[in-house]
Amino acid sequence: MKTKPTEAERIEMLRRAKLLTGAEGAAHAMRQINPDVFPVYPITPQTPIIQTFSKFVADGEASTEIINVESEHSAMSAAIGAATAGGRTMTATASQGLALMIENIYIAASMRLPIVLAIGNRALSGPINIHCDHSDSMLARDSGVIQFFVENAQEAYDFMIMSVPLAENHDVLLPVLVGQDGFTITHTAEPILLEEDEDVQNFVGEYEIPYPLLNLQKPTTQGPFDMPDYYFEHKRQQQAAMDAVPDAFDTVANHYAALTGRRYDAIEEYRLEDAERAIVVMGSSAGTMKEVVDDLREQGEAVGLLKVRMFRPFPTKKVREALGHVQKVAVLDRAMSFGSKGPLYMEVAEALFGAGPSMQNYVFGLGGRDLFPADIRQVFENLKNPEEMREMQYIGIRE
Amino acid sequence: MPTIKQLAANEAKEKRFRGGHSLCSGCGIPIVVRTVLNSIETPVVVVNATGCLEVATTRFPNTAWNVPWLHVAFENAAAAASGVESAYRALVKRGKLPADEPVTFVVFGGDGGTYDIGLQSLSGALERGHQFLYVCYDNEAYMNTGIQRSSATPFGASTTTSPEGKISFGKAQQRKDLTAIAEAHHVNYVGQSAISHWHDLSDKVKRAVEVDGPAFINVLSTCQLGWRHEPREAVKVAQLAVDTLFWPLYEVVKGRFRLTHIPEEIVPIETWLRMQGRFKHLFKEENAGALEVIQQQIFDEWERLKERDRNDRAHFAPLQKDQTFTTEFEMV
Repeated sequence: MKTKPTEAERIEMLRRAKLLTGAEGAAHAMRQINPDVFPVYPITPQTPIIQTFSKFVADGEASTEIINVESEHSAMSAAIGAATAGGRTMTATASQGLALMIENIYIAASMRLPIVLAIGNRALSGPINIHCDHSDSMLARDSGVIQFFVENAQEAYDFMIMSVPLAENHDVLLPVLVGQDGFTITHTAEPILLEEDEDVQNFVGEYEIPYPLLNLQKPTTQGPFDMPDYYFEHKRQQQAAMDAVPDAFDTVANHYAALTGRRYDAIEEYRLEDAERAIVVMGSSAGTMKEVVDDLREQGEAVGLLKVRMFRPFPTKKVREALGHVQKVAVLDRAMSFGSKGPLYMEVAEALFGAGPSMQNYVFGLGGRDLFPADIRQVFENLKNPEEMREMQYIGIRE
Repeated sequence: MPTIKQLAANEAKEKRFRGGHSLCSGCGIPIVVRTVLNSIETPVVVVNATGCLEVATTRFPNTAWNVPWLHVAFENAAAAASGVESAYRALVKRGKLPADEPVTFVVFGGDGGTYDIGLQSLSGALERGHQFLYVCYDNEAYMNTGIQRSSATPFGASTTTSPEGKISFGKAQQRKDLTAIAEAHHVNYVGQSAISHWHDLSDKVKRAVEVDGPAFINVLSTCQLGWRHEPREAVKVAQLAVDTLFWPLYEVVKGRFRLTHIPEEIVPIETWLRMQGRFKHLFKEENAGALEVIQQQIFDEWERLKERDRNDRAHFAPLQKDQTFTTEFEMV
């Protein structure tokens, strides 16, 4: 169970912290990782990541080859080329940019390329909207990439760093999307603890893949054509790579905790152990919810929160263990799967299939719609009321 | 000028593109690939757009490639090559690859992957100035998916998506001048060649890989299925495309233009069109007007190119006695 830091710990943390936005945090992580190649195309709200990193390179603080491509499609294409060649490769995007990349996201996953992408999560057109929701990352749900959603700038920084050795683990070798909520995290300054450059460099180590294209002594054919006699086996191998992620992530998280004192899990349980009612959510809204949970707990209500950090592979077993004893669960989705339930709800429902809790699905925050503490209190209140246990509800919407 | 013996010796030394692939008999693409790869002295890394060449040479678990080879998708070969080339520079800069062992990056794409769906990524890569050679094998339609029209398909050609019919004479639009578009990026080398003129292509490749920054060569390649000619006549059909002036051979070196081949005898376009089933309908009485239009356009374009050649000729080494053209490369 996660508890809040003491006042003394908070003061000590603030003394060592830098005031940075999530975008700057991601850019600092990249400066310290110092990848070989960074092909990238600007898009709101990801742009401050590439602007900050470009300045680091311009000032000689990183020696990465930046490729200012003409589209996100080419950004991901160049990333595939660079990572295949044998260079550590990162990129960043959001919304329509991720949509334009999607073809290549699938290809990068199938080619088992450990490319780390920083995502500033933003709604998808149409209508065009630059503000936060999770529909862009959900486009990549079935692509074969590892997906994280972070809560704040500190996590944005930490997960960019942890994703490198996770992606490059030879049992894994998959791209990673680190999603931080557009504007709410990308553009909001918070105190972040940065590790020493040298420690980060040692932590991520050297980029090493089994078959670099630029090994001229051993020419390889990469991205060949599969007929029905091989395609299915290759897709099956991608699932095996996904199956290797939980253990690989545990190892990385342990090493990172040894370095930083911050130990991350695929999920975060907040005051859940004796909770009767709980909310499940991803991203920055978890921060607001923790405040509400604390308030309600003070009033004697048995409520808790489950924050999901790792959406792919989905930590089904952990979610079941965390929520199995809860009586009522509301899953809050910041994306829709039109004609069905929210994508997070579907995962949690599958995890809890046959287990105790009754469930409810809410959609909130599409296109940057604010979520207020009163909304969250209402969700907890609704969980008490059997009449409110409708399958799908919308928060803060004009019907 | 290279000799066939030199190219054969290079191929014998290191067979970069091997047999066993499933390209059709009479396909022009292997001629392009072998001529290009055998003309490059350094090690090569190949990036390939989706298309006939990719599909027919890499059916898993087999490969016809004995050099590093990468395919990502249809529209992004130039972007993928940008990544490979940038990684190469990064790794050399960081001492992870030797700085004194140069590598040549070559991209192959068909006209679908280059004129159409891949034009944006090609343009971006040319503008950014990556060190690579892009070779378009232009067989004038989407042959891999069954002969659909592309922006390289000539006016009047019948394809499965621009079929001739009771009220149609085939493709109603002019072809795109991709070589001119590449030239507009002000890269240091742009050329146009054909599978029938292997020495011309080989020469151009040798020059293209020597220039600073990207280079582009557009090679006319035949497709017996799509053009509907006898497979054994592939080279002859390409030769006639050049001799009818349908496909002029030229190059633009650092902005200076020259024709690299002037046919000894200019053949009427009708001769070339008659060899190919895709133009058969043009010889119906009601389509006679289209033939005249095609011939006139070819002559107009030739006059325009000759004028450019005259204007820029002084920038190249002078012709020797009795020479009407030269492939010797020396800018003055």
